[in-house]
Amino acid sequence: MFDPSFVGKEYAPFTVEVEKGRLRLFAKAIGETNPIYTDEAAAKAAGYRSLPAPPTFPFTIAMDAEQPFLVLADMGIDKTKSVHGEQAFTYYADICAGDVITGQQKIVEIFEKKGGALLFIITETRLVNQADTPVCDLRTVIVVRNG
Amino acid sequence: MNVTYDGIQVGDAIPALTKPAIGPLQLALFAGASGDHNPIHLDEQAAKGGGLPGVIAHGMLSMAFLGQVLTDWVPQRCIRNFSTRFAAMAYPGDVITCKGTVTAKREADGDKLIDLEITAENQKGERTLIGQATVALP
Repeated sequence: MFDPSFVGKEYAPFTVEVEKGRLRLFAKAIGETNPIYTDEAAAKAAGYRSLPAPPTFPFTIAMDAEQPFLVLADMGIDKTKSVHGEQAFTYYADICAGDVITGQQKIVEIFEKKGGALLFIITETRLVNQADTPVCDLRTVIVVRNG
Repeated sequence: MNVTYDGIQVGDAIPALTKPAIGPLQLALFAGASGDHNPIHLDEQAAKGGGLPGVIAHGMLSMAFLGQVLTDWVPQRCIRNFSTRFAAMAYPGDVITCKGTVTAKREADGDKLIDLEITAENQKGERTLIGQATVALP
């Protein structure tokens, strides 16, 4: 049985700077060949301030701040028993190299399935840039195997 | 070839994307690039110790591939939302193909929106990711 008082818990805000070199490495790692993701001149020609962060990069921003593991540690859950069940992104504005992104994670829902054999933890994180513009919301479902 | 709202019909498939086989170098690069340093993606012994058959690929690597099937099709700024369920694991050596199908066209608040079902599947045709996306088109 989980502690229901965790539902609604908000964690301390975190801040991550989006670095050009990191975005280039990310593009290389995923086999991205569109030059807007690696060549700043191509990015600017496409109307971006600098290299844009690809669609799933916001999760890396949260990961850099160790947000997914923070919740598990806080709830006393062994992370080797957890898997990433679902991930959703809602986009509001570009995230580009040079941006300083602040986020805050909240536990929005916790429930059990299969008689308590599986625990589902749902968190939401809003990312806001240095101009206080919301850029992306993340919704993460973590599934924990009990026992 | 710009993609437009009027040029799209429900049931249309977007161009599929087949990625090169996932290899150990890619998993090492993605560990560094994504910030996910969990050893189950890098270290065979750690993966087996965690009850897995061996090293598994990062789910977010496959989701990044799924993002590419969208950004290869329309500019990234068109994407309003993008989500997936991690339905099955991917392993080194797997060849992942990402596909998308238009499920709805709708107008909301002056935006012309296209809803898609997007999936990633391995070389055996098993779906590893089952997701949705909404894009706004001119």
